[in-house]
Amino acid sequence: MRWIWIDKFTEFESGRQAVAVKNVTLAEEHLHDHFPGFPVLPECLMIEAMAQTAGILVGEAGNFQEKVVLAKIGKAVFFDYVTPGDTLRIEAKLGTIAPEAASTTGRITRGDQIIAEVDLMFSHIDHNLAGKKFPEENFVFTGAITSLLRDFALGGAEADSRGRESPG
Amino acid sequence: MAMSRDEVFQKVQGVLVDALGVDEEEVTLNATLMGDLGAESIDFLDIVFRLEKAFGMKVPREELFPAEGLLNNPELISNGKLTAKGLAELRARVPHTDLTEFEKDPSVSKIADLFTVNAIVNYVDSKMNRG
Repeated sequence: MRWIWIDKFTEFESGRQAVAVKNVTLAEEHLHDHFPGFPVLPECLMIEAMAQTAGILVGEAGNFQEKVVLAKIGKAVFFDYVTPGDTLRIEAKLGTIAPEAASTTGRITRGDQIIAEVDLMFSHIDHNLAGKKFPEENFVFTGAITSLLRDFALGGAEADSRGRESPG
Repeated sequence: MAMSRDEVFQKVQGVLVDALGVDEEEVTLNATLMGDLGAESIDFLDIVFRLEKAFGMKVPREELFPAEGLLNNPELISNGKLTAKGLAELRARVPHTDLTEFEKDPSVSKIADLFTVNAIVNYVDSKMNRG
């Protein structure tokens, strides 16, 4: 995963569902242009937040052995603007997982208000795209995601950072 | 649970409307998934997943879309057409599909036309009603 867009996972039930949070801040430069004087989180970035939450849920179900890539946005419906200062709760549920792909459903909420519904499909690219070779290393799941899962001890993730001995 | 062919078709129609984002009227029995309904490879898996959910049964991808697996085999394809052996193999794999038209010109590019709504209905119907 080249960049991290969500802040951390708050719930993680392996192979079933996961919840992540994303705090939206005016320190994000794109909000100054989108739009000047009226900062609104672009909806495509809500899809990205779901893709990361659901993608890690799918990846963890396969112990991070598969290269999990967003393949299809089955549904993306938005109900309200998201503005700086909002905390988004991103809930993803695993629908079906097969050797070559997985489907997820999900919703994004702010407090008790539904902001978006986003259903996705992910491809395990080593089992698809016949004949194409991908690098051996898993370029989708790199060390950076372990910080997102810092509150959880999961089979496939590295030991979390809180396990370190405190200095002195 | 027995289901009439019409009930099967209606459910399949719903699955395809959701999976491909098309209108209900477009999903006719003769519509081809790729040509008429714009399906891409990932959509085939989406359709498999949704059929499994809608009908509560296991749908192995190679059973529903068996012709997919023929396309990479040089023994079965020569100069962009299916060989006699390839045709025999295809017939064995797609008992639910009418191949009369296809056999006149068994081009690989036309294999896509074999994936019709009708083929899905036939598959589900035979699986539901004959075990």
